Amino acid sequence: MSSQVATRFEERTARPPLRPFVVQALGPVTVLAGLVWSVFQPYRITLLHPAGKGVWDLLVEPPLLVVAVGLLFALLVAPGLLDDLDADAAAR
Amino acid sequence: MRMQPRAEIVHWLFATGFLALGLCLLAEAVVGTAVWRRRRWRAYLWPTIAFGLGLFLWPVSVFFTNSALHMIAHSAWAQFAMLAGAVQLALVRGKLRSQWWTLTSSLALAVSGAAFLIHEQNPWLFSRSAFLHHALGWLLLGATIFPLGQAIRPRSTIWHAGFALTFVVVAALLYCDRDIAPIFGHLSELAGAPRS
Repeated sequence: MSSQVATRFEERTARPPLRPFVVQALGPVTVLAGLVWSVFQPYRITLLHPAGKGVWDLLVEPPLLVVAVGLLFALLVAPGLLDDLDADAAAR
Repeated sequence: MRMQPRAEIVHWLFATGFLALGLCLLAEAVVGTAVWRRRRWRAYLWPTIAFGLGLFLWPVSVFFTNSALHMIAHSAWAQFAMLAGAVQLALVRGKLRSQWWTLTSSLALAVSGAAFLIHEQNPWLFSRSAFLHHALGWLLLGATIFPLGQAIRPRSTIWHAGFALTFVVVAALLYCDRDIAPIFGHLSELAGAPRS
């Protein structure tokens, strides 16, 4: 067997796996999108100027909802999914 | 105190549901269906959210529509979202086995897209709401190709990712919605005064 072939195979498998990286990144990227949105359109966050606003305006603030979705995904969905990806890779 | 939320607020709440759904579907597309379904609750997530969105569309149809056409459109979305969710639920449970049942998602997207386009009677630049109706309608009609691709090639990541990203884009468009607001500097005088 050619050692060059073996070396190339090792290099190929040594690359960081893409799938876990994407799963890990989805939540933080969503949180970042919400934060960037709130910087560019601060008037969409009614907590910053609550005078005269109704209860729904204070409860439903789109940039904060995006941040919340990203956080929930990162904390509740991604960890278990990464464990299952590892288990699946180990089983192969 | 006003207890009934404005239409734009309801749209933002639905956008949040669609964003969560899109992220989960995107994660499933990345890791593959086999890994995603290793935990039962994850397998039921997409059917449950689709069915739940359909259920929540019924009160929207009753309380937040101001014309018969508007109500019919929202009711059609409710029915077909529930149909798509129920079929996915049956597929996950093993009650249905053929991959061609995925085409009910295409049907749901097509009906939803057509309902958007039919019930929006104003042109694209009439107001932001009108623009979003047209954009969402054509987006959903175009997205019907993704469940079709999933049925033909169930293991292809492209079709799954495209389907997932459709919901992310739908969420983004719904977050842009305001009851009365200009679009690209255009707002018809007939639309009324813009809301801050």
